[in-house]
Amino acid sequence: MSTALATPPPPAPAGAPLTKKILTADHPTWCPGCGDFAVLASFYRVLEKLQYPHEKIVTFAGIGCSSRFPYFVNTHGGHYIHGRALPFAAGISLGNEDLHVFVFGGDGDGFSIGGNHLVHTARKNVNLTYVIMDNSVYGLTKKQTSPTSPIGFKTKTDPTGAIDQPINPMRTLLNTGATFVARSHATQVNHMVEMMTRAAKHPGFSVVEILSECVEFYAGAFDSSIPRKGGTWSLIQEKKNDGTPEDADRHDVTDEVAAFKLAGQAWPGSFGVFYESNARKTKNVLEAELVTKARERTKNASDLQLLQSTFSKMR
Amino acid sequence: MVSPNTPETPGGVAAPSAPPRAIHDVVIRLAGNSQDGIQSVGGFLARLAGRSDQDVMTYMTIPSTISGGPSIFQVRMGTGDILSSGDRADMLVAFYQHSYDAHIGSLRPGGVLLYDSDHVKPVEGDNRFTQVAVPITSGTVEAVGGAGKDKGKNIYILGLLARVFDLDVAKLAALIKERFGGKNEDVVRNAMLAFDAGHAWPQNNLRDLFYRFEAIDLATQTSGRPQVTMDGNQALAYGLLAAGVRHGAGYPITPWSSIMETLRTELPKYGGLFVQCEDEIAAISTAIGFSYTGHLAITGSSGPGLSLKMEALGWATMAEMPLIVVNVQRGGPSTGMPTNVEQSDLMQAIYGSHGDTPRVVLSPKNVEDCFYIALEACRIARTYSTPVLILTDMALASRIEAFDEPDFPKLMVDPKADLSDRGADFKPYPLDAITRHAPPGSKIGSGKYPTVTGLEHDELGHPTGSSKLHTQMTAKRRDKIKHLGASLPSPELSGDSAGEVLLVTWGSTWGPGLEALKRINSAGVKAGHLHLRHLHPLPNGLEATFQRYPKIVVAEINDEGLYGYGQLAMLLRARYANPAIVSVCKTDGLTFKVSEIVAGVAQHIASAELDASLGIARPSALAKS
Repeated sequence: MSTALATPPPPAPAGAPLTKKILTADHPTWCPGCGDFAVLASFYRVLEKLQYPHEKIVTFAGIGCSSRFPYFVNTHGGHYIHGRALPFAAGISLGNEDLHVFVFGGDGDGFSIGGNHLVHTARKNVNLTYVIMDNSVYGLTKKQTSPTSPIGFKTKTDPTGAIDQPINPMRTLLNTGATFVARSHATQVNHMVEMMTRAAKHPGFSVVEILSECVEFYAGAFDSSIPRKGGTWSLIQEKKNDGTPEDADRHDVTDEVAAFKLAGQAWPGSFGVFYESNARKTKNVLEAELVTKARERTKNASDLQLLQSTFSKMR
Repeated sequence: MVSPNTPETPGGVAAPSAPPRAIHDVVIRLAGNSQDGIQSVGGFLARLAGRSDQDVMTYMTIPSTISGGPSIFQVRMGTGDILSSGDRADMLVAFYQHSYDAHIGSLRPGGVLLYDSDHVKPVEGDNRFTQVAVPITSGTVEAVGGAGKDKGKNIYILGLLARVFDLDVAKLAALIKERFGGKNEDVVRNAMLAFDAGHAWPQNNLRDLFYRFEAIDLATQTSGRPQVTMDGNQALAYGLLAAGVRHGAGYPITPWSSIMETLRTELPKYGGLFVQCEDEIAAISTAIGFSYTGHLAITGSSGPGLSLKMEALGWATMAEMPLIVVNVQRGGPSTGMPTNVEQSDLMQAIYGSHGDTPRVVLSPKNVEDCFYIALEACRIARTYSTPVLILTDMALASRIEAFDEPDFPKLMVDPKADLSDRGADFKPYPLDAITRHAPPGSKIGSGKYPTVTGLEHDELGHPTGSSKLHTQMTAKRRDKIKHLGASLPSPELSGDSAGEVLLVTWGSTWGPGLEALKRINSAGVKAGHLHLRHLHPLPNGLEATFQRYPKIVVAEINDEGLYGYGQLAMLLRARYANPAIVSVCKTDGLTFKVSEIVAGVAQHIASAELDASLGIARPSALAKS
């Protein structure tokens, strides 16, 4: 492992540029009208913008409708078990820091079965990007209550309406210690592209929650934030530090308390970057520092010398 | 060694001591509390033996409480091969009344009881043993001085044993200095004061009870390599390092934890890392993630943690990812007996998880083998792109043994990941070849990048619902493990190559099994001993071996189950359909005593000679009383 900072290198000049055509793989298995199509289209645009070397991009997922994502993107990738994509992806990121690791999943994968992994991957600030496609319902298993289903939502497991308090995704993500937290909407392609691009460039654990409608089992779930359906699209205005009087009311993305206030807004809330901080080192960097210190102490002894000297002390 | 204090001689005159008697080996049991440092006495003796010509095997129990509570350490040392920790003790050192009460029964008749006269009142007039009152506590306090603390009792006893068994004092002093040298000088000085006081005590207080180990036949015994001394968990961790493993992930659980502790400390020196995860599932997931990047990784646990890893293990089998999973077995089920020994995870290791998940299960036979089995497991995982389970146990994990230092230059494996370009015809899951994954970072000639997946898939990794492909891929995953089985060497067969009975063991039961064979043979019974290191797949050719014996007795530390057979016996009966296979099982949480195995074998064969050697008389049911 080298000790380079875990920031993406500049776009590689060699080879043909990555285009949507190159990046397209299997045709998605999603239902017609599913919000996830727009997330996928946006992700192709993100990769077109970033122009990472093709072989260094990894697209990874757990289980769920949205977790089929890696089959539809022509990069190295994998489809793992339910809820555990994050610790696997942490292994990828820490195993080879040259890689650009993207994890896709749904609200069940991220906030229910994988909730504990979300907390710990975030607190460790592992360098990867996590996109949660939240449809507030279990779709692949055909309409059961999800951790973000609102109270009263009727499902096959709550036929008279959900009774349990749903998770507030933004509050939860801020609480985990994630160093980049953003929220977007599958009907807003340009916004998704911007959020995912910033997340990809962020050194450390970055997470974007995207409200993505399940047309089959929860149609209309996010209409209240779609202007053409009578909803309100409320965009977070980020502080520009330009000294103007209106700047005082803008959101400081490094202010955790302000981020929590935004997260506490009434449904459907605001969209954009809630929190972004480069103050904490990534786990990738911290582990590399351990290696550097250990190698200094052992004066860069070879593996063979190290083992031999350890065993000679056990004689 | 120059002692700063001269021991006082009671009565002013030193009694003449008898010349030492030669002995082949001795079993010493130290019984005290866990904070008394009796483990470190055992450690010193083990390392001394490693630096001498004696072989050594230790036995340790520790309470699962964090501190305090009874604890014992049993060390067997002697000349030549020591195969088991010894059934009963020749010498018991009792620090407290409860130590005496609990362990006096383990002392052989004629054995020596050394008890702390400050704490223990033994049964008076017990002529079965030689009772020796030693002022362990007051002797230590007097020697070390200070505020009456008895810290150092363990070193006092070490000094005493060194005198009784004529051990190499210079080497022991060097070991004490190495051990405590990192602390301040007072610690070393106090330790040496306690040692000297203990060493001086027998001279003036014991008339005989002086021993010396028989001289070793150097021509037959020494390998020319220096001996190293460590426990099984250390040997396993260093074996993984030699095998080129530089990445791992785990979650704490006894008795697995010390492997992850060693790796967390060591790996950064080698440019690697070990991640402590939030739970067992995250640990195996992170480890598979490492393997996916081309770095064969290790995770591990003990029985309950292995259960938690099962879904991910199923994925690794399906996605054909190389992985090392260590399971340090303990007494189960559930939290069970977390600091005791059991071999009850065999079925879980082979058949746990869901669906058809053929995988490799290996088990080391002793501490040294923990090192070499790690190398073999890594070779298999890489060659066959498969998870490999190493099934060790609490006895191996905590036992200290001396063995020849490995020939590292010949063994070291290059840890570099293969990120070379793959050709245009690259397929992650070819039906006609063993999977060779292309880690991310490697270019694919066709421009079509692979997806590793737990869904049933075609050769390119695309999901499929095809019945034909599921059948073909299931066979592919099975056949590579069968191929491995066909390539395995014949297992170790000792004793008679045909005879009345074949004793079969696996894991840490190897040593007691081999020693049991010697007793069975010396009773006049023709018998063999077969030890299995490869439990899944089984090596080829066992049918022929089994046919040479009318009775095959499998000794293992697990329950006989609903049908009267232990887990390996069950497996062998299913595999070979041989009704001659029977079981000797036990579930007391302790390693097998040699006598238990011999008695178990005697139960299964009609041998008057063996019965006689055990002192068993089997009268007819019709006999007049």
